[in-house]
Amino acid sequence: MDQTVFLFLLSDGVISGAIYALIAVSLVLTFNVTRVIAVFVGELAVFAPLTYAVLLTGKVPGTVWLSAAMLVLWAGLERERPRTALPLLGAAGATVGLAYLTASATSPWLLWPAAVLLVLPIGAAAYRVFYQPKLSETVLFLLIQAVGIHFVLQGLGLVFFGPEQLRPPPLLRGTITLLGVPVARQALLVLLFAFLVLALLGWLFNFTVIGKALRASAMNRRGAMLMGIDPFRAGMTAFLLTSLVAGVAGMLVAPITNVAYYSGFSLGIKGFVVAILAGFASYPLVIAGALFMALVESFSAFYASAYREVLVFALILPVLFWRSVATLDLGGDE
Amino acid sequence: MRVFVPLAVAYLALPALLPPFQMTVLGFALIATMVVYGINLITGRAGITSLGQAAFMGFGAYATAIVSSRLGLSPWLGLLAALLLATAMAAVLGALTVRLKGHYLPLATLAWQVAIFILMGNLDGLPGGRTGLRNLPPIDVLGRELTSSRDFYYLAAGMVLVCGWLLTNLARSRTGRATMALRGDAPAAASFGVDPAAQRLKAFVLAAALAGVGGWLYAHFLRFVNPAPFDLQASIVFLIMGVVGGIATVPGAFVGALLVTGLEDVLRDVLPALFGRGGNYEIIAFGLLLLGILHFAPQGLWPVVARFLPRRRPSLPSGPGLPPTGAGRAGAGPLLEVEGLGKRFGGLEAVSDLSLAIAPGEILGLIGPNGAGKTTTFNLITGFERPTAGAVRFGGVDLTRTRPFDDRRSGIARTFQHPHLLLDATLLDNVLLGTFRRTRAGMLASLFRLDAKEEARARVTGMEALRRVGLADLAFELAGNLPLGNQRRLEIARALAADPSLLLLDEPAAGLRDAEKLELADLIRQLAAEGMTVLLVEHDMDLVMNLVDRVIVMNYGRKLAEGPPAVVQNDPAVVEAYLGKPAEDVHGDAEAELADA
Repeated sequence: MDQTVFLFLLSDGVISGAIYALIAVSLVLTFNVTRVIAVFVGELAVFAPLTYAVLLTGKVPGTVWLSAAMLVLWAGLERERPRTALPLLGAAGATVGLAYLTASATSPWLLWPAAVLLVLPIGAAAYRVFYQPKLSETVLFLLIQAVGIHFVLQGLGLVFFGPEQLRPPPLLRGTITLLGVPVARQALLVLLFAFLVLALLGWLFNFTVIGKALRASAMNRRGAMLMGIDPFRAGMTAFLLTSLVAGVAGMLVAPITNVAYYSGFSLGIKGFVVAILAGFASYPLVIAGALFMALVESFSAFYASAYREVLVFALILPVLFWRSVATLDLGGDE
Repeated sequence: MRVFVPLAVAYLALPALLPPFQMTVLGFALIATMVVYGINLITGRAGITSLGQAAFMGFGAYATAIVSSRLGLSPWLGLLAALLLATAMAAVLGALTVRLKGHYLPLATLAWQVAIFILMGNLDGLPGGRTGLRNLPPIDVLGRELTSSRDFYYLAAGMVLVCGWLLTNLARSRTGRATMALRGDAPAAASFGVDPAAQRLKAFVLAAALAGVGGWLYAHFLRFVNPAPFDLQASIVFLIMGVVGGIATVPGAFVGALLVTGLEDVLRDVLPALFGRGGNYEIIAFGLLLLGILHFAPQGLWPVVARFLPRRRPSLPSGPGLPPTGAGRAGAGPLLEVEGLGKRFGGLEAVSDLSLAIAPGEILGLIGPNGAGKTTTFNLITGFERPTAGAVRFGGVDLTRTRPFDDRRSGIARTFQHPHLLLDATLLDNVLLGTFRRTRAGMLASLFRLDAKEEARARVTGMEALRRVGLADLAFELAGNLPLGNQRRLEIARALAADPSLLLLDEPAAGLRDAEKLELADLIRQLAAEGMTVLLVEHDMDLVMNLVDRVIVMNYGRKLAEGPPAVVQNDPAVVEAYLGKPAEDVHGDAEAELADA
């Protein structure tokens, strides 16, 4: 392998690593606060760019109706509390309004954030509708719920966007040459965003009261409640943040990799794997795990493409052992 | 009998009631049931979420495909090969992974699921790559070839019923209880002799065997094998079936499998007709139904159904109990001897140079202020931590480096500061965990109910233990319904069921109300009067001082004082450790320091 190929595979790996890290960090975030392994963040990540692509053609994408319907459902659950329900109904109306307004616009600078905003209510409402009544169930139960949501979203994805792969235009066009390897400017944007998100979340969780409250409500719900932390709010914050990170990540990545309605599943699974490698806890380990996985993938694709995924998953096992050596294992598992 | 008759009627009548097409769906549901049985075992009972059961099903299917199609041998030899391959792979993968902690274990199952699936598709030799193997022979039973789905039904349903019976037996057995105990409570299980890793491995292998049988049935039902049905999605679907049916219930496995298989089928037919075009409508509908079921029946569907079924009144066990163990009672001299015990955590010396001895029949109290090293000492004696110095001997046997589940610890039983009980099991089932070391029945004996005699004796012993702590009336209640005071008593009953000569109590009075504390003290006194030796680690001074024969006070990891309660209570060093120095002393020290300066 010559140096150019090596550098090419390296850059490829680093960029996929950034994507996996973003998905994984979303999973770690929601899990830490709510114990939900939200595998459907992959769908949220592809829904945003697909919505964007449809908006660019001047049509109103189905995501809008889904978001609005979820908000109405949520409002229905809050019917006893009009102060919550009415703004939700308003938001549902605003979602549809926003979609019709932007569908006639052409400026990407307007459509881009609109696409992210249109997807956001799905994650938040899913939390309220499905998870809030079941927060004390087992992790397995919450995971199966997430799988159910994933099924629904994936099925709707086909209805909304059709079976084709789409490639929305990038925010930054063109490439720059680094050490003789062409790198898309958009890819640098992905890296920058990944870096920012990880740094921000690290700061949020370790140095701010909100972050500590979020973590506390994950560790001990009752204890956090006694300390005046509302676990529902904490969970909602986590789901909103997660949806936002996933949506923006999807928007940034889609112009490089193509997306289709089914891309979410493999993103979700890989994010899940990285999240577990990181012990569902540490953000620096998320970066390490994501890079490890993406680089193995990138290099093994070059040497033995048929066995690419075998290698990735086979290499996880030694890492698992390294991550869980020694100490008497007598603690309870979930 | 009451269950047997309706099941037999249903088994024979079903084929007459269903049209052939439904028989095919039922066939697939029965195959899935076998795999979900495995999920039931490892996820529902042992608490390990496995994302890799489809891979074991695949091993079973491929093993029999190679044996029967490539080698031209009987499918029954294929069944043998399927069992061998699935269990061998489970033993290897399990031995590598059952010690993994927390989320790593599910990830390991996910990893091998994906890796094995891709290997199946890329190995072009024997397994035939992506195209797979075709023309598998049908299974023949007594010369009759099972080619129709009706004939196949009799075999598959028969196997599902038999395996269901086996698993029901297992759930009620010693092995079943040990596996259950791992789910919530590995520490409790370990302290009664259960080796968590070994127990998990057993569950793993048995679950893989069930999946292997499922694969065998599948291969000969479809008579064609390719990798597609054994992918990660399939594993996830099996998990869904388990959760939807009721994850820890045997009938739930069939309910979940039938519901999901049937739904997939119905939705595939109905929805396109309804919407007039293809699409992923079935997956949307399936997802919504799944979410709905989870919402309204979070424990799964079978527990909902079971609420309406007549319940069998549990019968009180009678007859002789288990023979006494006699462990630790042989030698003269102290029962438990601790010599120069020390434990360092990095730079912190939690316990150093601690020696103590307990004579048979004595109640010894171990007290000290917070952080004195009491709990660490307790953990060192019980094997939950390994000492960095010193020795622990019980009845002359060295226990220093043995793990909590080591059989040399037979004769010692403990309770936990925070009760470690299975809250969704009955009091009696909780107590029966205590008899683990006193009983022998292995997994195979339990499956075929060869353990009936021993089990009956264990139940008598369990009831006796409950009677001793005054909880016999509640034997068939769920442990989760007990208030804390009674949960502590239940813990003591479980310890008594182990027939210990030494009882270790870790802060038994913590969190109890005054009346409960008095009752607890009475119980401990009564046990001592019956000849039990007790080591009590406690915070509550009143309880200790009125109860024990002798007390050891610890402070900063060392022994501060030792002697009868009345003497120790007035020891100035002890008073200082608990209450701080008298005010004028502090003053005096400060003056002395000033003078020194």
